[in-house]
Amino acid sequence: MAEFKHRNIIALRDLTGEDIELLLATAENMREINSRDIKKVPTLRGKTIINLFYEASTRTRTSFEIAAKRLSADTVNISPSTSSATKGETLADTALNLLAMKPDIIVMRHAVSGAHYHLAQKVSCSVVNAGDGAHEHPSQGLLDLLTIKDRYGRLDGLKVAIVGDITHSRVARSDIQGLTKMGSHVYLAGPPTMMPPAVERLGNVTVCATMKEAIQDADVVMMLRIQQERQGKTLMPNTREYSRYFGLNPENLKLAKPGAVVMHPGPINRGVEMSSYVVDGGQSHVLKQVENGVAVRMAMLYHVCGGELE
Amino acid sequence: MTESLTVLLDESGIKRALIRISHEILERNKGVRDVVLIGIRSGGAFLAGELAKSIAVIEGAEVPVGAVDITLYRDDIKSHAPHLPVGKTEIGFSLQGKKVVLVDDVLFTGRTIRAAMDALMDHGRPECIQLAVLIDRGHRELPIRADFVGRNVPTSLKENVQVIFNGQNLPVEVVLEK
Repeated sequence: MAEFKHRNIIALRDLTGEDIELLLATAENMREINSRDIKKVPTLRGKTIINLFYEASTRTRTSFEIAAKRLSADTVNISPSTSSATKGETLADTALNLLAMKPDIIVMRHAVSGAHYHLAQKVSCSVVNAGDGAHEHPSQGLLDLLTIKDRYGRLDGLKVAIVGDITHSRVARSDIQGLTKMGSHVYLAGPPTMMPPAVERLGNVTVCATMKEAIQDADVVMMLRIQQERQGKTLMPNTREYSRYFGLNPENLKLAKPGAVVMHPGPINRGVEMSSYVVDGGQSHVLKQVENGVAVRMAMLYHVCGGELE
Repeated sequence: MTESLTVLLDESGIKRALIRISHEILERNKGVRDVVLIGIRSGGAFLAGELAKSIAVIEGAEVPVGAVDITLYRDDIKSHAPHLPVGKTEIGFSLQGKKVVLVDDVLFTGRTIRAAMDALMDHGRPECIQLAVLIDRGHRELPIRADFVGRNVPTSLKENVQVIFNGQNLPVEVVLEK
């Protein structure tokens, strides 16, 4: 099996198909730990992990923290309100001050795309991206891949529809990178105002004119969150109209293959991106995604600790 | 680089050793009541399966078989960069109060066994843990001793002992590499 030689995980774009395969295989085998009575292994004993979250997050931060603790690492959480960034400190200065405390990994979420590349140049410890602006969210991408693989036993040859606000979605970018590298066919649909120009450059994707075209015979329907906080109100008239054209309900879900996987990175705006019937229905894998998130993040933390300096 | 290969056990020799170990396990535990076999991935897991088959033939009873991967419990993980791939631990039954026979192919420093015992303890509290190995090559670094040994092979630290498995994961040969 391939060896994981990366010291940092900033984007799935930087990883090869073999790297992704190794991370998924490790995550699959890590899952056993999460179902035990004693959910802990000594692997990262003595390692210190700083969760530096410049943006609000419950799911991802908790998931990274649980992952670190299950591997016996010590974790410290820094959130926006407690960060000296509010006092005007630069990211580079914050990083160097944190580095002086000798962490082994910094897990960071930042509103600026590419902030992690800047951080990785400043610090000698590993950097793991927990989401940067509208760039990438590699751990979410990997957990999405794992959830699909669980259902179909493979990723190649599957039709995956990604629907919604592609422009602002770092999840979509990581999913596109990961899925196309693993041989899935990605179809995108969303309001033209939410479709980035030259989106094909992100990978081998097909842009559909309608949602119907994208989800027709799809094996996976991945719905994205409407990111009101990033886009203001200029990109769509109102959520009711958005829901009518780009919302997933039991009716249009019938267009996908029977038993198709329905996914959403969360938090869900019920009744906007997806109707409650779909969210709580048998095809929804939303909670499975959250469950897989812990195992995927354990795999990421484990492998970056063994990676070489890049 | 390997200079020479000596065959220590051939297929029939391995089979005889496993049958003998099976008898010893049954004798020590007075049957198979509460006995479970846990093999250390990967060689030990294959051998645990073979021991279970052999015990079934002798005793006419099934013994639960599991597999443990010790990668996450290694004490030398820092010296492995990049980190080793993590294998799957599959123990589909409770270890609480069980007589666990831990199975490995080659017993060397004892560190793998220590890691495996740590891993087992995280799955429950067995009544006892016994150790069965096909080859004991010596050079222990920890106070660990096997209860059931297929063959003792005094070796030098420059030598290597390998159990070779075929495509069906059946043991076919034990070789000493110099």
